Amino acid sequence: MESRSVSRQTANDTASGETRARPAGPGGVLWRHLIEPYLYLSPALVLIGLVMAVPLAIGISYSFQSITLLRPLDSGWVGLENYRDLWSDRKFWRAFANTFQWTFGSLAFQFGLGLGLALLLNTAFAGKRLIQALVFLPWAVPAFLSALTWAWLFNPVIGPIPHWLAALGLLDEAENILADPALAMWGPIVANIWFGIPFFAITLLAALQSIPGELYEAAEIDGASPWQSFTKITLPFLAPMIAITVMLRTIWIANFADLIFVMTGGGPADSTQILATYIFTTAFRKLDFGYASAIAVALLALLLVYAAVLMMIRQRLVRT
Amino acid sequence: MASIRRTPALLTALKYAALAGYVGFALFPLYWLVKIALTPERVIFSEGTQLWPSAVTLENFRTVLFHSDFLAFFSNSLMVSLGTAAATTLIAAASGYAFSRFRFSGKRLIIAVMLVTQMFPLLMIIAPIYKIVAAIGLLNSLTSLIVVYTAFNIPFATFLMQSFFDAIPKDLEEAAMMDGCTRFQALRKVIVPLTLPGLGATLGFVFTAAWSELLFALMLINSNDRMTFPVGLLTFVSKFSVDWGQMMAAGVLALVPSCLFFIFIQRYLVQGLTTGAVKG
Repeated sequence: MESRSVSRQTANDTASGETRARPAGPGGVLWRHLIEPYLYLSPALVLIGLVMAVPLAIGISYSFQSITLLRPLDSGWVGLENYRDLWSDRKFWRAFANTFQWTFGSLAFQFGLGLGLALLLNTAFAGKRLIQALVFLPWAVPAFLSALTWAWLFNPVIGPIPHWLAALGLLDEAENILADPALAMWGPIVANIWFGIPFFAITLLAALQSIPGELYEAAEIDGASPWQSFTKITLPFLAPMIAITVMLRTIWIANFADLIFVMTGGGPADSTQILATYIFTTAFRKLDFGYASAIAVALLALLLVYAAVLMMIRQRLVRT
Repeated sequence: MASIRRTPALLTALKYAALAGYVGFALFPLYWLVKIALTPERVIFSEGTQLWPSAVTLENFRTVLFHSDFLAFFSNSLMVSLGTAAATTLIAAASGYAFSRFRFSGKRLIIAVMLVTQMFPLLMIIAPIYKIVAAIGLLNSLTSLIVVYTAFNIPFATFLMQSFFDAIPKDLEEAAMMDGCTRFQALRKVIVPLTLPGLGATLGFVFTAAWSELLFALMLINSNDRMTFPVGLLTFVSKFSVDWGQMMAAGVLALVPSCLFFIFIQRYLVQGLTTGAVKG
């Protein structure tokens, strides 16, 4: 079995010309297909295994234990107790619902504005290189600094935004929306939009630039309006890139706790707590590792369900 | 006829207005950060929300640089980020090379595992990592941060390096190997010089990521002289939340390395973000 698969691979390789140079090196076939590639891979695999895979398994096991650093004597296996607590924890369900508002509120604007920017940057205009560098700059700003900067902008003492909102009549008086449970979530969402537009603009711009220009010329000759060109050529070409970036970005945003943690810490009154920040505050402030791990498993399950639903939708679309 | 000619002009005006809007939105927060950092302490409350300061001072920067711990935070962060970037790039160059040049059993599985590591909630392992790091006595050490960040960044950096290696024709090293080089010699003497820009871009991406990391650093570091910049700044903010000018001066300083690396990796942004498509 082993030798057959190796010989088949050798045939493939010879066909693709990958190993023409050294038909029999130090060790030959086995060396080339098993030992040598893994020599190059081993540092990466060892680190990922030790720092990510092993802790992941330990983390899942924590969710069935009571591990609170402040009460070291209470530790031990507790079965499903953490999950039972989770089920009746109103803060958890609040965070659960907030995760959706945070993720899709951020994503919709990041995507819409990012697509608009990509379309703009795909046209010709003077000073394009400079403009492109400037609009992509927020991507390079560290997340904690984006969070602090926006928190300051929303602060009526040193930030202009509350005064603008009051002047526009959107707020009764110039107050900090981060302190208002009904509005607080929009603070981190705005910061996240600012931070995330460049990502979508860059990936979609790359996809736009790969669309052959002749298609647009042909459409123009056939008398298509710009709108028709957009919906009949641009969007279908972008669709695969849109699908993959939106899917990955959704997961990434759902896991992204830095902005909220720095701007509001989950408050006021848990109005901005999402699952990711709830994990972190439980682990970091309460040092309750067992419960934090149970929340983490719940978040993982939510993401898995999301991925499974997307797969199902994709299969249905492919079938019809 | 006239209306047909006018529409493009109107569209062009709209286009420039939209571009101006994007540039304004992107830059305004950073302008504000710099503005408050330059505003003298005595007028910060009277004109904190004015668009333009009536006086400008470098006093805040002086205080932050010479009368606070920020220089120490800065050098801690620099050490962590450079260490992470160097280690990650070296390891990811090796694994990216393996993905690019070898066909071997288990390759698809390893690629799948690396993709999954980019998607599961990293916060899930923050508690186990804390316990492990504490058990081996590495809490409050920059080494533990470098090791953890390196592992986090390897998958993305591997895919990035693979895309750079894929762009180099295989014939080059095969020719060198015909001439009697071992594969490793061919890699070192022929391929590495050609992929230097790729190595630089990977260094830049990883540096930026490590420079920004906050949550694991908060968890693993609590002694003042080991804090990285994000942790230090956040601690400073929660302790002295009225020294606006100094906080923002510190923020501006934190921005400097990111911006330098951003200018450096700008050309590779498209490649980096589309190959990974998962990086923040």
